[in-house]
Amino acid sequence: MISFIFKRLLQSVVVMLAVALIAFSMFRFVGDPINNMVGQDTTQEEREALADRLGLNDPFFVQFGRFALNAAEGDFGISYKYREPVSNLIKARLSATLELSFVAAVLTLAFGIPLGVYTALKGKSLISKAVMSLSLIGVSLPTFLIGILLILLFGVVLRWLPTFGRGDVVAIGWWTTGFLTVSGLKSLILPSITLALFQMTLIMRLVRAEMLEVLRTDFIKFARARGLPDRAVHFKHALKNTLVPVITVTGLQLGALIAFAIITESVFQWPGMGLLFIQAISDVDIPIMAAYLVLIAFFFVIINMVVDILYYTVDPRLRADSTA
Amino acid sequence: MKLRTGLFAAVAVAALAVTSPVQAKTFKFAFQGDLSSLDPHSLNESFLLGTLGNIYEGLVLYDNNMQVVPGLAVSWKTLTPTTWEFKLREGVKFHGGQDFTADDVIFSWQRAGSEGSDQKVRGAAIKNITKVDDYTIIAETPAPNPILVRDLAFLYIMDKEWSEEHGTTNATSATGDDKGNYANLNANGTGPFMVESHQADIKTIMKKNENYWKKDIPTNVTEVIFTPIKEAPTRVAALISGEVDLVYPVPVQDWQRLDEADGVKALAGPEARTIFLGMDQSRDELLYSNIKGKNPFKDQKVRAAFAHAINLDAIKEKVMRGAATPTGEMVAPQINGFVESLNTPYAFDPEKSKALLAEAGYPDGFEVTMDCPNNRYVNDEKICQAVTSMLAKVGVKVDLLAQPKSKYFGKVLETGGYDTSFYLLGWTPGTMDAENALSSLIVCQNKETKRGLFNLGNYCNTKVDELAAAVGSETDQTKRNAMITEAFQILKDEVGYLPIHQQPLSWGVSDGVTVSQRADNALDYRYVVVK
Repeated sequence: MISFIFKRLLQSVVVMLAVALIAFSMFRFVGDPINNMVGQDTTQEEREALADRLGLNDPFFVQFGRFALNAAEGDFGISYKYREPVSNLIKARLSATLELSFVAAVLTLAFGIPLGVYTALKGKSLISKAVMSLSLIGVSLPTFLIGILLILLFGVVLRWLPTFGRGDVVAIGWWTTGFLTVSGLKSLILPSITLALFQMTLIMRLVRAEMLEVLRTDFIKFARARGLPDRAVHFKHALKNTLVPVITVTGLQLGALIAFAIITESVFQWPGMGLLFIQAISDVDIPIMAAYLVLIAFFFVIINMVVDILYYTVDPRLRADSTA
Repeated sequence: MKLRTGLFAAVAVAALAVTSPVQAKTFKFAFQGDLSSLDPHSLNESFLLGTLGNIYEGLVLYDNNMQVVPGLAVSWKTLTPTTWEFKLREGVKFHGGQDFTADDVIFSWQRAGSEGSDQKVRGAAIKNITKVDDYTIIAETPAPNPILVRDLAFLYIMDKEWSEEHGTTNATSATGDDKGNYANLNANGTGPFMVESHQADIKTIMKKNENYWKKDIPTNVTEVIFTPIKEAPTRVAALISGEVDLVYPVPVQDWQRLDEADGVKALAGPEARTIFLGMDQSRDELLYSNIKGKNPFKDQKVRAAFAHAINLDAIKEKVMRGAATPTGEMVAPQINGFVESLNTPYAFDPEKSKALLAEAGYPDGFEVTMDCPNNRYVNDEKICQAVTSMLAKVGVKVDLLAQPKSKYFGKVLETGGYDTSFYLLGWTPGTMDAENALSSLIVCQNKETKRGLFNLGNYCNTKVDELAAAVGSETDQTKRNAMITEAFQILKDEVGYLPIHQQPLSWGVSDGVTVSQRADNALDYRYVVVK
């Protein structure tokens, strides 16, 4: 197990380097960072001097090498725009993104799996049909639009919930949390639903499809023949056998929740990393963009590793293979 | 159990924090961008300078009509054409309690010239400052400079003592030893508001400075909370739902929505920014055109044909929802040197345009590529699209290349080698004086003297150059204005540029709030009154 984790961590370094390399080669197409760092009256000479000081005139591999070496020491450089260390900026926003993604993930699983099971078992009931058609909306409507619609309905028309931001937060060390204040909790509702909706419908449809598949297999028929109660057949035998693909997808989607929080965060002006990243793109703030992409790659690698470990606990066949 | 009491305490504290004292008036507003730094010398950009103008002050201030009024200087006079004497205001204290003196002015001027500063241009307006006594200074300019005080309005004064104490004697920079220094996240000015807390891109809270030297400012606001909201629909929703009192900018297409909603209204006024089209008039062959071997834009008739083909009223009505001010001049009415008589736009006359094109030898028109930003000015890309279709009607086929501003500016500015044939640009003279437009946009490009560097198409007329140079040093206002007018007249006759309009300032405010909309799009809290 330890060698497995070690191997995975080693792989993650390669993945992050590859992401950084690809990211760096794309930054040249984003535009000129200098123009966003100075006012209209700044002379050409000063612009060039600034580009020199930032090392933007160095060859591509020199710039990349410098970034990789510094990043290895945990130094992601100074944001061009905020003139602050990128690690500080990301740290200040990490809690916002992770809390939002966490709530969205909980919503996804808490609604996605039971609804999937229900629609698989009671496929003909009216509720199932309603849920299935509603889930189409979740899959097909763009996140941006869902967010705006929710803001309009609950923020502007009904005025029950705030339209933007995180509300009041409580700082616990460098971590800020919105879980401890009323306005913080209220602010979480709309963005987390927006973020979770797509994943929720995805998980629901996946669980439903897998369940239908498993329910047709012979061992379910045997279980029924043995006279086991429905509850045991459905949840002990059927559901457990659907979980391997569900865990894989859930794991990947958790990464996606963090990564694709970008859109939700910008619709709700949620002060997280995604918002920071999208601002950085329009400002061509290369240090922020690079650090963010590498960090997201890291999250994906870690999540995949956790997923692989979970396989062992869910599927005994894998354990048997590895000991053999 | 212990943990739980801790949690309750945290909740209680948070709850207390949100209930405000009785008399307090909080003003909340949102802007599309963020306050990237609190350092007044870090970036020469209108939102940053406009916001910091509530915290820091210059020797002079702009009032709500963009007129220069005394600030930290009470009076000034010229001793010789290149030396100015400033009498400083006595009894002014910085937020931290330090006294304001001549040393602070000299220090701030030096700091504006330091490596990371983006205010070097303003700093360079002064060659040397000598201290006569604590409240008198003499400033020398490199050449006679009739508009020196305008340069000083945005050259904010910091406290020398405070800066030295916190190691921020140089402007905060993105590189080197001064990267992200103390002044980047902390402020100590003389202005009517003080920074209470600042989290870049998240939230900035400012409190009224009860010791502000000027007692009769209209505002009754005790606390200002600024949040950036990037997405326009969210910004507008935040205003309508009453979570903020003011948002800007509001997309012009949302005005109707604001008017229909209860308790909020759109606030529109002309901005001092002129939007115009420029043409490459210097290359012998256009970079992006099907005409080879010659440059059609070198012919005044072609430029005039373009001018007559563009229907500014249609752009105003269709693209700008009636909110722009079509213009015939390169500077706005708020700018010193503006002349009403030159402001009549070129007449919209497609027939004349076709005739002119035929006369110039292009009876069937020609093709040209137009560069256009799509996230810099109000409806910039839509303006370009409208121009494209209007020119198509007289036979000119325009290929539109609309890009985000970072790509666009990287291509068309000097850094990109002026890589354009036909482009859209906007300009607000930083000094609020026509000389800035002349020397940046209208004189011939000259890399040595650094003039005309934003004259991307290099319109060039030696007479205009002479006039612009003379305007730069003429201290007699009447003579100076006559020369400005003459230069603009020549430009207009030669159709050096195609002015489009002054774009509208577009704010949304709730009914209980009165504000003053300054033509440079700055929000001056001194004039904010909350009911």
